[in-house]
Amino acid sequence: MTASLPAGVPAIEAVDVSRTYQLDGVSVPALRGVSLTIDPGEYVAVVGPSGSGKSTLMHLLGGLDRPTGGRLVIGGRDVASLSAPDLATLRNETIGFVFQAFHLLPRTSAVDNVALPLVYRGIGARQRRERAAAMLGRVGLGHRLNHRPNQLSGGEQQRVAIARALVTDPAVLLADEPTGNLDSVTGEAVLALLEQLNAESGVALVMVTHDHDVAARARRQIAVRDGVVRSDTRAEAIAFHDRPLSGPGDRPETLSPAPSAEPRSASGSGPGRPSGGSGAGATGRLPHGTGTDGIGSSDRAGREPSGGAA
Amino acid sequence: MRVAEAWRVALDALRANRMRSALTMLGVIIGVASVVVLVAIGTGTKQKVEQQVEGLGSNLLLVVPGKIDVGNAPVVSPLTLKDVDAVSRVVGDPSRVAVTVASGATARAGNRSDFTTVQGVLETTPTVFTRSLARGRYLTGADVDTSRRVAVLGASVAEALFPDRDPLGQQVALAGVRFRVIGVFAPLGQSLGVDRDDEVHVPVTAAQRLWGTQRVDGIAVKAPDRERIGELGDRIVAELSRRHPDTEFSAVTQQQILGVLGDILGVLTGVLAAIAGISLLVGGVGVSNIMLVSVRERTREIGLRKAVGARPRDIGVQFLLEAVLLTSIGGLTGMALGVGTALLVDAVSPIPAAITWWSLALAFGVSAAVGIVFGVVPAQRAGRLDPVVALRAE
Repeated sequence: MTASLPAGVPAIEAVDVSRTYQLDGVSVPALRGVSLTIDPGEYVAVVGPSGSGKSTLMHLLGGLDRPTGGRLVIGGRDVASLSAPDLATLRNETIGFVFQAFHLLPRTSAVDNVALPLVYRGIGARQRRERAAAMLGRVGLGHRLNHRPNQLSGGEQQRVAIARALVTDPAVLLADEPTGNLDSVTGEAVLALLEQLNAESGVALVMVTHDHDVAARARRQIAVRDGVVRSDTRAEAIAFHDRPLSGPGDRPETLSPAPSAEPRSASGSGPGRPSGGSGAGATGRLPHGTGTDGIGSSDRAGREPSGGAA
Repeated sequence: MRVAEAWRVALDALRANRMRSALTMLGVIIGVASVVVLVAIGTGTKQKVEQQVEGLGSNLLLVVPGKIDVGNAPVVSPLTLKDVDAVSRVVGDPSRVAVTVASGATARAGNRSDFTTVQGVLETTPTVFTRSLARGRYLTGADVDTSRRVAVLGASVAEALFPDRDPLGQQVALAGVRFRVIGVFAPLGQSLGVDRDDEVHVPVTAAQRLWGTQRVDGIAVKAPDRERIGELGDRIVAELSRRHPDTEFSAVTQQQILGVLGDILGVLTGVLAAIAGISLLVGGVGVSNIMLVSVRERTREIGLRKAVGARPRDIGVQFLLEAVLLTSIGGLTGMALGVGTALLVDAVSPIPAAITWWSLALAFGVSAAVGIVFGVVPAQRAGRLDPVVALRAE
């Protein structure tokens, strides 16, 4: 797998980017002049407390949102010059998203969930399925193609989401608290998978996290606080300073002067998904191997409403 | 996104909420079914009336004093049998000319009585109108010339007065004057709610004597050929106007009667269809409502689809198809239900119903259009959702 960018072009380039929300007529700045460059194949952790603006930054880097100031170039294209449909196409071609809450379609099999981005690329059903199945194989779920999300453990669901993010062969993989809804063992496995895919395929991995142990594994750390980049350190520097600006403890987060510009913190938005442990228990009741619709359907039907309403 | 894929997604969404989809469709089903049934009843009634008017006889020309138009008051006729002779000369064949002078009267036979319409006619009536006898004979020229008190009974009059014996040769008192029954008509049935068998034919001369009048209410002419029927009518009207300068006369053909009746029934059918259309509209509002719920419920799905590259249009088309699918399935079901009900009504009730292709096409087209019209707003709302906000939705 190779990232679809010409040589020498940064995957993402932000120059003095700001984002101000209008809440009931009041301007609330969430990002105030952020400049950074993500190069192809990089492994970057974006850290910061709740309300620091790191989720806003991730939405901007992923082309889900537009800056209110500054210049943002994704995959060589200036976001400001793109229409909404063109921006959607850019996301489809350049960015892969992994969310804390997985965001899988509840009534849809793993392979069809993974194939979803290819639908919007106009690829035929057979080819979609082949590519999605191959991608699921790469994340170790080749035996779970026709399982639905509620028949999978939390770790497996996140692997499906990772496969979905990578099936389009994007330049950048944006992971927003990818281990936030997982227990530590499952989270570690998911993290290892992301790092492996980053190393193998050359996709840039940008991971938003508030967990400094997770962030410390990245070769580059960007610390965001109060809407600005407080530090941007490469692996060598991290070795010197261990945790620069990471948690001076000089003031608690709740007293942060920056208003909570994001309507909700990333860590609080996930629904009560089953943890890896209980999810594994659920799948344990299901026969392994090929499609199990006939056997699993009653179980699925009973649980579907809660998943569907999420 | 390919259209086939969008159809699949829309169908999945409807299947996921079977009960809700079915109830939403029910509104459309009822609307479409009532449009189909009511239009079928309107059309069936119109066809039946047309058949009956055609059944009066062909090339018929009715000449009456006054103007023939909806809402015009009847005029007292100045016509007499002398005018009928004049009309016969214009037509050139007296056997093609019939007259009527009609009045309500009580018919009595023994201790039974029946209030009916007594028509004074010429012996030409069965030739001009299509009437056939079940029993006995009709009036003759001699009966008319000699004012003979003989009567031909309509089927229901015969049934009312002589339920258990042969009316032929019996006496019947019309307005107190005794007549002898010489014939009974074959039944005709109802027309526009009127029992056409509730009448008694007597010689026009006898009827005039009965009521002490010289008048003739109207003249009917069976034209020799269809092409010159209008011209013949004009000549008859001109002749009558010359004889009665103070009165206006009209000559109308069956086609003109059919035209007037058709207009009235057409308006009636239209009103029925419009009332049914209102229920279809209400069904459409239900579709719109449920689509808004569907969009809200699947906000996170919309956010996710947008994140992985769905354009606003892709999302909009997906939800629009869902709405169109709801109303189309509802429309087809409603059509089947409507056709079934119409056939049942036609078979088991006296109300006629006729299915027309245009009403089916209209009902289905309207229901699909309702899906588009009422699906557009929810679909646009879904397409315009901000992916960041949508992904965060509960």
